[in-house]
Amino acid sequence: MAEPAQVLAEGWGRALVFVYGVFAVAATGRSLVQLGMEPERAPLAYSLSLVAAVLYLLATTCLLLGGRWGWRVAGIAVTVELLGVLSVGVLSYLATDLFPDKTVWSHFGQGYAFLPLVLPFAGLAWLRHTRPM
Amino acid sequence: MTEWSYGVVIALCGVAAVVLAIDLARDRAAQDSHFIAMGVIEVALVAQLVGGAVALGRTDREVEGVVFVSYLVTLVLVPIVGAFFSLAERSRVGTSILLLAVATVAGLELRVWDIWGATGG
Repeated sequence: MAEPAQVLAEGWGRALVFVYGVFAVAATGRSLVQLGMEPERAPLAYSLSLVAAVLYLLATTCLLLGGRWGWRVAGIAVTVELLGVLSVGVLSYLATDLFPDKTVWSHFGQGYAFLPLVLPFAGLAWLRHTRPM
Repeated sequence: MTEWSYGVVIALCGVAAVVLAIDLARDRAAQDSHFIAMGVIEVALVAQLVGGAVALGRTDREVEGVVFVSYLVTLVLVPIVGAFFSLAERSRVGTSILLLAVATVAGLELRVWDIWGATGG
């Protein structure tokens, strides 16, 4: 497997890293606050916030590191992120009792201008664009 | 530091966003004027951090102090990181990154406003 055709964190990739970085900080901050203050209130929602935080951190790091492993792991992280935002988005409408408090992904990221929904698609498009030849 | 400071920063971000969007549509790289605008926003954010910390010490309303201050600190960092990212891409990507940074600041301002409590002084 060859190296990616383009460095992952250059060009539009740099804009992507910026947004992923912001979300990594936002999700980490949110989960720390939630788990630190009242972890028993909504364990599922808060755990998902933590999962989201880890995924955003992982994707940001992999984009920055680049290389074929960075590319692969970023692909996995972004795919899981897409599945997460879709399933949590649907569940937060259907099974409201599961989510007494919000996560980054609730209502498809409504509290974050729906960027959490757009971001994985942008990520996948970028990874497709930079896929190793 | 009360409600009006959020309005000032959001208004500054709005102006900067319009300028950036116009230059983005014209396919221009980030200009000196853009970085000056980021600098103005940065000054406002530093003032807000100082003022916010002072106001937090004086207020008797229930504000999550740690969360409030960490938002203010994050706000100060966003334009700086955005500017460095933008300087590394002297194309419309750089302009886009500044636009993203400005949007992030505006979004965070709304959250800070919420945390402080949107009514009263």
